[in-house]
Amino acid sequence: MKRDRTLPILIAVSVILLVAGPLLPRWAMFLINVSLCYGIVVLGMMLLMRTGVVSFGHGLYYCLGAYAAGTLDQVFKISDMAVMLIAAVIVTALASAAIGLLLRKYRDIFFAMLSLAFSMILYGLLVKTSSLGSSDGFNIAASKIAGITVAGTSFERYVRYALTVVFACAAGIFMHRYLNSHMGRLAEAIRDNELRVEYMGASVRNVIHVNYVISAVLAGIGGALAAIAVGHIDPEMAYWTTSGEFVFVGILSGTGSILAPFLGAFIFETIRSFAYEYSPNTWQMALGITMLVVIMFLPGGLWSLFTRRRKAA
Amino acid sequence: MGQLLAVVIDGLIYSSWLFIIAVGLTLIYGVMKILNIAHGSLYALGAYSAASLAGYWIKQGYPPMGSYAVMLVAAILVGLIAGPVIERGLLRFMYGKDEIVLVLVTYAVFLILEDFVKLAWGVDPYFIAEPYGLLGNFSVGRLTYPNYNLVVFGAAVFIGVVLAWVLTKTRQGKMLLAVIHDREMSGAMGINVGRVYFITFTVGAMLGALGGALTAPMISVQPGIGAETIVLAFAVVVIGGLGSLPGAALAALLVGLVRSAAVHYRPELDLFSIYLVMAVVLIVRPKGLFSVQEPRKI
Repeated sequence: MKRDRTLPILIAVSVILLVAGPLLPRWAMFLINVSLCYGIVVLGMMLLMRTGVVSFGHGLYYCLGAYAAGTLDQVFKISDMAVMLIAAVIVTALASAAIGLLLRKYRDIFFAMLSLAFSMILYGLLVKTSSLGSSDGFNIAASKIAGITVAGTSFERYVRYALTVVFACAAGIFMHRYLNSHMGRLAEAIRDNELRVEYMGASVRNVIHVNYVISAVLAGIGGALAAIAVGHIDPEMAYWTTSGEFVFVGILSGTGSILAPFLGAFIFETIRSFAYEYSPNTWQMALGITMLVVIMFLPGGLWSLFTRRRKAA
Repeated sequence: MGQLLAVVIDGLIYSSWLFIIAVGLTLIYGVMKILNIAHGSLYALGAYSAASLAGYWIKQGYPPMGSYAVMLVAAILVGLIAGPVIERGLLRFMYGKDEIVLVLVTYAVFLILEDFVKLAWGVDPYFIAEPYGLLGNFSVGRLTYPNYNLVVFGAAVFIGVVLAWVLTKTRQGKMLLAVIHDREMSGAMGINVGRVYFITFTVGAMLGALGGALTAPMISVQPGIGAETIVLAFAVVVIGGLGSLPGAALAALLVGLVRSAAVHYRPELDLFSIYLVMAVVLIVRPKGLFSVQEPRKI
């Protein structure tokens, strides 16, 4: 068997990104920052897809994480990034543990639709909550990190960027180890045949529940980091089209490796920012066509291109 | 008392609208097992073509009453063109894949059509208010409603009754039920399953477009209406039980009344109430109100 090089690659890329960060132009730094946030969310989607369920409502946790971070700033005047992230993790973990109690009984379309309903409930609430800016959302300013004020300093952007890189790397390492653990390996067994997994004595519902909470917390972290990076949040984050984008990037990347979601998210964000610039009215069309091509010709996602070539060699 | 009456009337109007947008979706799912996200785009296409064709008609100075016929024709045209193109050009290669993969395929179609609409009609909103006011008003107590709402209500009842009649009383309908029940066996008995799928999808597309055309005079037709509508249609169809016609009718009624009550008594709960109903129904009856239990397969 070949040695697994996933973690060395992940760590090497993270170190390169950290070192090269200050040299990058502002737009590239922002692009990488945002796509890593997205990648963290899609990493969670990947775990769910490996388990054989697709959530059409992960915008719920993306939005919840962002609002948990934002509300601290808006209502409690706490603008420490570390506190914001902890809040995002706690809120999304609690919410997903509760909702997971229901969702764990559902599969296929019903899982997708029920999770969509929950995300639309949050959307419906936020749109009507005028103290949190209704449909416009509000700006957030994360001025401190672990008590040190960074706002206004020259390395403010770099701190936000480095924070995201560190979290993305940590999330990747965690997920890689988790997928190779006992629980992680059960995920794919459930996708293949859940009844047999039950016969062998494992609880399918528990595995799905745990994986759901993990993916929700990752989505929450991604949302909070995105909120810190962009500086603005609005209820669109919980709208079903946002969740649809996560599913899209998940399909595009494939579930072969933990590196795939980050690669997929980076490609997605790059195309998106250039498309917004040059052709704002056809970029969804390009997405749709790409998705059809991937579904028809690359069922394993973009990642299968790499593995296929390696096998041939 | 007055307010309660208003809740009921608004609820009924909203229910009829919900039923029209949901019925095509549930029909397609029932027969083909495809939860068609692109239904939202067909709705948008119907709304846009009705708005621009009827707008043209009225601008030319033709009798305004004819605009209803124009809207109907626009919807049928959209269904007849888009339905076959999507089914023959794409979906027929996908039959037999996982239900969730089919959802993603229609999601891709949805994305493509969203931008197609923007390219064809631009991003500025269209208004076609004439047909809404043309028929005069009716009053209940102190409340006044445009008669157009009766048209929507009548259309919902008409569609429901005709579909129920076709499904239970005609030869074609019985063949359709056979296909729903067992696709392979009905094929072996000589039913042309491909043609049944083709016709079902086209009729479903037409119903989606008709929903859009009927709605066009009541709203400003702009990008994003498809995305807004399809999640509502999802809610109705899932509450009723996927693929069930009476389920869709009952769910539309339930959601319509709940939302109308929410709008009247607690306006901030407007959208929230709909998805709350959906979540509660799914928790109590995991597969919707009208659903059959299926055995687990190894």
